[in-house]
Amino acid sequence: MKHLKAIVKDTIRRDGGCGECQSC
Amino acid sequence: MLHAFSFHRNGETEYFVFDCEKGSLYYADFPIFLLVKQLENKLTEEEKQSLNRLPSETVKDAREELNSILETESEKAEREKFEYKGKNTTVKALCLHICHDCNLCCEYCFASGGTYKTARQYMSEKTAKAAIDFLIANSGFRKNIEIDFFGGEPLLNFDVVKSAVDYGKKQAKAHNKVLTYTMTTNAVLLDKETIDFLNEEMDNVVISVDGRRDVHERVRKAVNNESTYDVILNNAKEFVKVRGSKRYYIRGTFTALNTDFAEDVKVLSDEGFHQISIEPVVLPKDHKLAIRDEQIPQILDEYERLANLYLDRFGTEKWFSFFHFLIDLENGPCLHKRLNGCGAGSEYLAILPNGDIYPCHQFAGEDGFLMGNVLDGRDFDREIQSRFASVNVTVKSECKDCFAKYTCSGGCAANAYHYEGDITKVYPTSCEMARKRLETALVLYAKEKDKK
Repeated sequence: MKHLKAIVKDTIRRDGGCGECQSC
Repeated sequence: MLHAFSFHRNGETEYFVFDCEKGSLYYADFPIFLLVKQLENKLTEEEKQSLNRLPSETVKDAREELNSILETESEKAEREKFEYKGKNTTVKALCLHICHDCNLCCEYCFASGGTYKTARQYMSEKTAKAAIDFLIANSGFRKNIEIDFFGGEPLLNFDVVKSAVDYGKKQAKAHNKVLTYTMTTNAVLLDKETIDFLNEEMDNVVISVDGRRDVHERVRKAVNNESTYDVILNNAKEFVKVRGSKRYYIRGTFTALNTDFAEDVKVLSDEGFHQISIEPVVLPKDHKLAIRDEQIPQILDEYERLANLYLDRFGTEKWFSFFHFLIDLENGPCLHKRLNGCGAGSEYLAILPNGDIYPCHQFAGEDGFLMGNVLDGRDFDREIQSRFASVNVTVKSECKDCFAKYTCSGGCAANAYHYEGDITKVYPTSCEMARKRLETALVLYAKEKDKK
């Protein structure tokens, strides 16, 4: 691509949801 | 949803495009930058003229390339299949108000000198143990649970902190839980004993220092009005020396009087601290320290100045990390967590020294938000809990078209309540800063990825 250069793509994870990550 | 933004460094401008629904980030050129801003309906008059002056072939070429990254109908259909699990109502974390008293009386303290507008109170060992029992009993399926020691100044009640940590470890082991502890302290009482204890037992320690001496001393005063800057700075340095690479934050607050807060970060970095955070003060609009609307553009520029300082020091002995510039696109949390946010009121609760339960520390003592008491053995107010559990990014209309919605998660419920009167609203002053911080974090992410 000439005008755009991807740094990262498609990183949003729609799986997961185990609820073990931290809760401000 | 695409968002275009720019970053200025050493007299040059770089352009970026962020796709928030996909979590994709691109370097872009000027024509693409303009075309995406056109899609967002955010072109300035000057930018409209720039777009009109571009050769038609260039615009056609750029538009074709832009179309290749736009969401297709099938991608949209796939995205809309996502089923949000909703906030869980098993409790995960407690903010333990171990002490409603403080040895400082900071002018901007939301806790009114640590007392939360009530009489000075110290949590008893019995209440601390009851709170830990409450957490374990209500944590359900969750294996990882957390307790944050908070105040006032928690080290004023150090004996109860020690016994709570010891009791929690035993109970966690007995119930097959992993319990982690954190603490927020003003560092006045840090000495060898407390430093060694916190270093050993705390997963993260947040130490409050505002940066430059005059900035700190203007607002963070001792109860007897004496200066505490040297004591706090030296204690913090002693702690960090012992802490090594484990987690800590030197956390400051900036107000209307120091919107040039990059200078405060610079001073903290010069003093040898590597993990730094500076937060905007949140106060009623008529408070002399409250950030005024007309100061917002200056604050947004300051975040960019801070990012340039970050890049100047990256890889040198004076490197620092800045809390709001931390982002991990490739290993970030899943979408469920991004929609949930902090979990206040549903999975994260505050326990006051007398055992009263509130949605979080910012709601402590607030009329209409008392959820129960850990000492009475009864269930807590599930109606308030479900009210908080029902609030997330998807129900906030202001967030629908915001590119930062999956990183700020709709913002702080307490700020929304205190300044907009409703936990389902957003606090607009925070929104502007959150968007700028995300843009800056994305730039730094790209730069660091390049260097790797």
